[in-house]
Amino acid sequence: MRRVPARKGFLVRHRSLLIMTTAITAGALTLTACGSRDGKDSGDKDSKTTVVIGVDAPLTGSLSALGQGIKNSVDLATKIANKNNEVPGVTFKVKSFDDQAVPSSGKQNATSMVDDDEILGMVGPLNSGVAQSMQGVFNKGELAQVSPANTNPALSQGDNWASGKKERPFKTYFRTATTDIIQGRFAAQYYYNDAKKRKVFVVDDKQAYGNGLAKIFAAEFKRLGGKVVGTDHLTIKETDFSGIASKVKSTKADSVYFGGQYPEGGLLSDQVKQAGADVPVMGGDGIYDPAFIKASGTSNDGDLATSVGYPVEQLDSAKTFMKNYQAQGYKDPFAAYGGYSYDAAWSIIQAVKQVVQDNDGELPDDSRAKVTEALGKVSFDGVTGKVSFDQYGDTTNKQLTVYEVKKGAWKSVKSATFKD
Amino acid sequence: MHELPQTLVNGLTLGALYGLIAIGYTMVYGIVQLINFAHGEIFMIGGFGALTIYIWLPSGTALSLALPLMLIGGVVASVGIATAAERFAYRPLRGGPRLAPLITAIGLSIALQQAIWAFYPDAKKPRSFPQFEGKSFEILSDLHIQRGDAFLLIAAPMCMLALGLFVSKSRSGRAMQATAQDPDTAKLMGINTDRIIVMAFAIGGAFAAVAAVSHGLKYGQINFEMGFIAGLKAFTAAVLGGIGNIYGAMLGGVVLGIAEALAIKYIQDIPGMDQLGGGAWKDVWAFALLILVLLVRPQGLLGERVADRA
Repeated sequence: MRRVPARKGFLVRHRSLLIMTTAITAGALTLTACGSRDGKDSGDKDSKTTVVIGVDAPLTGSLSALGQGIKNSVDLATKIANKNNEVPGVTFKVKSFDDQAVPSSGKQNATSMVDDDEILGMVGPLNSGVAQSMQGVFNKGELAQVSPANTNPALSQGDNWASGKKERPFKTYFRTATTDIIQGRFAAQYYYNDAKKRKVFVVDDKQAYGNGLAKIFAAEFKRLGGKVVGTDHLTIKETDFSGIASKVKSTKADSVYFGGQYPEGGLLSDQVKQAGADVPVMGGDGIYDPAFIKASGTSNDGDLATSVGYPVEQLDSAKTFMKNYQAQGYKDPFAAYGGYSYDAAWSIIQAVKQVVQDNDGELPDDSRAKVTEALGKVSFDGVTGKVSFDQYGDTTNKQLTVYEVKKGAWKSVKSATFKD
Repeated sequence: MHELPQTLVNGLTLGALYGLIAIGYTMVYGIVQLINFAHGEIFMIGGFGALTIYIWLPSGTALSLALPLMLIGGVVASVGIATAAERFAYRPLRGGPRLAPLITAIGLSIALQQAIWAFYPDAKKPRSFPQFEGKSFEILSDLHIQRGDAFLLIAAPMCMLALGLFVSKSRSGRAMQATAQDPDTAKLMGINTDRIIVMAFAIGGAFAAVAAVSHGLKYGQINFEMGFIAGLKAFTAAVLGGIGNIYGAMLGGVVLGIAEALAIKYIQDIPGMDQLGGGAWKDVWAFALLILVLLVRPQGLLGERVADRA
């Protein structure tokens, strides 16, 4: 039996529905838009050409600690370039986009960047999965992309990299971060040779980055003679991993390797310890963040992470960067990828410089293609060491560091250049 | 099989959490036949309400002292938002086409999530939530219960008991049952159905707040997105248990939680199934179970066949 609504008030009801829907939609849209509009610099008014460097990173959401560090470091690079008049006649600006670590948002941002003629290069994204969705768009738009953080090998070496058939899929893609091939194997070597672990339990988050890293780690660990006593996968944005934790305990693993990011990594580590398994959790650069340690109140002492490059704090080349970063008074720290983001932005600035020099001090019409071409040849001493790219667009820098949580903070325990 | 007790306890605590949230879905559905998709966000806001109280309290306050106040803070926030949502978002649409309030609920869910994201200080990343100090309780050598879980395992049955008594014994509770059975007749009998509907939203909100505080104590963090997955799972639990039935919601939650825990642990030990087990497949098995139950009992585990009022 259907209750027939009274005829009276019919119009009013529908009008209020309309107002309500409009208000909610407008509200939601306004709020969403807030995220993508910050980071705008005040423009200058002289006759200089403006070159915009795009930034795409998760500026909100659980990975925003890393994203804000990327954005601020690129901002710093452009400010320094403008101050030193690095490229005469060109003023650099930053335009940042928020991808919330979601591939579809990244793709939208990529399209917006390609449409914006002032953008000649972009830095980002953070996540390998997001990068996958952006690469094709940039390739078509001939817009150079330099990621400070993507580590998935397929991005630069093609899907068949594992079988040895390396082929660069997109000529516009570059990165200042080392690949997971190097990072995963470095981690396995540390666990087996330095920490003397023999029975590892491998967990990943089913994402391009985490799954790839975990597989590479497991293969190298087995090759060295270790045993993978169990494998499991968790779902991102979930919080309950007690099932996996109790499996870690029952397999009597002496160590855990996690391929994924810090929000889940921090919780996993806590729950493994609460389940009564007193073993370290190791991960890649995705968990190397203070937020991993304070994911909850439980202490993570003994947990390990690998990250690309030498600790920024220990490099002489990085001292100036840190000083300048502090002087700007950014709200968020430069986090794990600050140095790489600065170098990524600086490589674009250097490429623009080369292009302008080759064209008698002006930007040519096909600046984007020229910048991409020039990027392949840049070479300079950056924050993280020598910055240059190989034939795949990967960094030639193969330095890595293992960090350990000691008394609630990440401390570097071993830095080395990766050897086969 | 010595891991079975631990697995069951893990499933039970997770299930109790789902169940507490599921109460909100089931109460509202039972009375106004509305799936309140914003309920996950009401859960999330309860967590932030409790956290706000904790931050206001002088630092160093023992958690056991702060907890009652935090619960009150969470309940006030959740109930406030839930009743406001009822008054301003759902009541104007009552009697309108069924889809209108449903879409409103989805819109409200996004708006609430974004509001916390935008206006709560530092809520753009997960906020850490206080946890009980000390190690987990060791019941048996193979059975550990974390302190946060212990709170949940005590709070959930107490809340259920209170709700059961309220609905069956109190005057308002009986009015609620009457409204659920036939709102028009209930109105004719002098029941203020508008008030009953507000009450259903309020009770759902209060339970969600208790769930949110438990969630915070259990995992040590809350974030603005946590309502989505939790709400989805709780909705599933409500359907599994028989939507409209309060005991069904709790039972559905517990069944779902235990099914997930068992699926993670044991499916891959079945010969030939090692590819289909583990954390990656737990939701697949949980939903397979849901489909199976609904095939045999379309009304859910404890649901009653009601005449179609649509």
